[in-house]
Amino acid sequence: MTATQAEAIVIGASAGALEALSILLPALPQDYPLPIMVVVHLSPDRESMLAELLRAKCSLDAREVEDKEPIQGGTIYFAPPDYHLLVEVDKHLSLSIEEPVHHSRPSIDVLFETAADAYGAALIGIVLTGASNDGSQGLKAVVSAGGTALIQRPDLAYIPTMPQAALDACPEAQVMSLEQITAYLQERSTPL
Amino acid sequence: MDDKTTEIELRLLLEALFQKYCYDFRGYSMASIKRRLFQAREHFDCRTFSQLQDRVLHDPAVLSKLLSFLTVRVSELFRNPAYFLAIREKVIPYLRTYPSIKVWVAGCGAGEEVYSLAILFREEGLENRTMFYGTDISPEALEKAKAGVYKLDRIPLFTENHRQSGGKSSLSDYYSAAYQAAIFDKNLRRRVVFSDHSLATDGVFAEVQFISCRNVLIYFDRELQDRAVGLFKDSLARKGFLGLGFKESLRFNRHADTFTEFARSERIYQKRGDL
Ligand SMILES: C[S@@+](CC[C@H](N)C(=O)[O-])C[C@H]1O[C@@H](n2cnc3c(N)ncnc32)[C@H](O)[C@@H]1O
Repeated sequence: MTATQAEAIVIGASAGALEALSILLPALPQDYPLPIMVVVHLSPDRESMLAELLRAKCSLDAREVEDKEPIQGGTIYFAPPDYHLLVEVDKHLSLSIEEPVHHSRPSIDVLFETAADAYGAALIGIVLTGASNDGSQGLKAVVSAGGTALIQRPDLAYIPTMPQAALDACPEAQVMSLEQITAYLQERSTPL
Repeated sequence: MDDKTTEIELRLLLEALFQKYCYDFRGYSMASIKRRLFQAREHFDCRTFSQLQDRVLHDPAVLSKLLSFLTVRVSELFRNPAYFLAIREKVIPYLRTYPSIKVWVAGCGAGEEVYSLAILFREEGLENRTMFYGTDISPEALEKAKAGVYKLDRIPLFTENHRQSGGKSSLSDYYSAAYQAAIFDKNLRRRVVFSDHSLATDGVFAEVQFISCRNVLIYFDRELQDRAVGLFKDSLARKGFLGLGFKESLRFNRHADTFTEFARSERIYQKRGDL
């Protein structure tokens, strides 16, 4: 079986997100070819600071999404506070203020499910630290579409609840430390 | 293969809604509408979208429930107070110079945005020369908008929003509380007309000085966004204003050149004077 070349990455994180993303995202080189879409649960006003904080640390362009942005490689897209972030099949990003899912807007499930629809087997979905159940249904959708599922090792996560829930829903996912996930993503910058 | 079939059925369902009831969701952003149609399918206990199509074609009662899945109606009074503050401080001084003003709130949902503007215009002393038009495609939302009744537990948020928007009075001046509900003052509605209008299928309906259309265009694909903004362009008077939601912009729109950025971070645009 030949692995499908990855075309996009989606990441979901909640409590402890800033620390985890600060290890992961700055490690990616400036010419990184894949787009990265990120949903983080935080209180609305803190969240917009998150994109700014990480932009300062990353060599990739990192920003909050505006409705109908075309998806470009080498860019980190953050869901804006109080909006769901969705991926359209024609590789645009949409926003929505429909009801919160698992008490969260933005919701990781919403991003992952729509991204799985758009990218199928070419998607890498990653669930990190958090005290929530959000992300497990979405990660399942990534796997069903033939994509790759990665989960931060619950015992190493700041809060294990979210990665553990994802693992329970997706036993086939690969469980890794943040360093291993980083290395895995770095490898995607060169063609297989 | 199965996915392909679902996709076909989904498009046929939207086509059926349009052919039979003139509700046109064919140009909506699919990622969001697909999720909500899956929820609707589960609600109606249908195995396929074809079954749901059969139900809605033969039973108009199914239509109104299905519409509630298809339209997202989340809103608040003075949602994003910074927007209303910018209207108060930057747009109102312009509008003040007009003898009469027309305001169109497109996609007004249950009326929160219309009541916010009616209160703001009253506080700024412009209410008596202004007509407000609130339009939406959802009959249920329009009913709620006309009633002007909101759950009492939302009032603290509304009050805080109103304060942050530069409110010059107490929000409690505008509603009375009864039975877990806040009923907004009937005379706020004296100069308001709520009516059915679709940005997807209807045309221009009046010349207006200010259009507020927030968190509606995000549900449209780019082509339908072009259509809607084209309607706004044709409805606005010279140097009229268009306000959008906080994460929306005209950057990807065909009519971007028609407008200049008036209040950039509050997403308020002005129609160019030479057009
Ligand atoms: C999320 S609400 C926005 C409410 C309010 N404008 C705000 O920002 O808080 C979106 C509204 O757009 C309406 N809508 C959807 N499609 C429409 C169309 N084609 N024409 C007019 N209104 C539409 C929906 O019924 C819903 O009430």
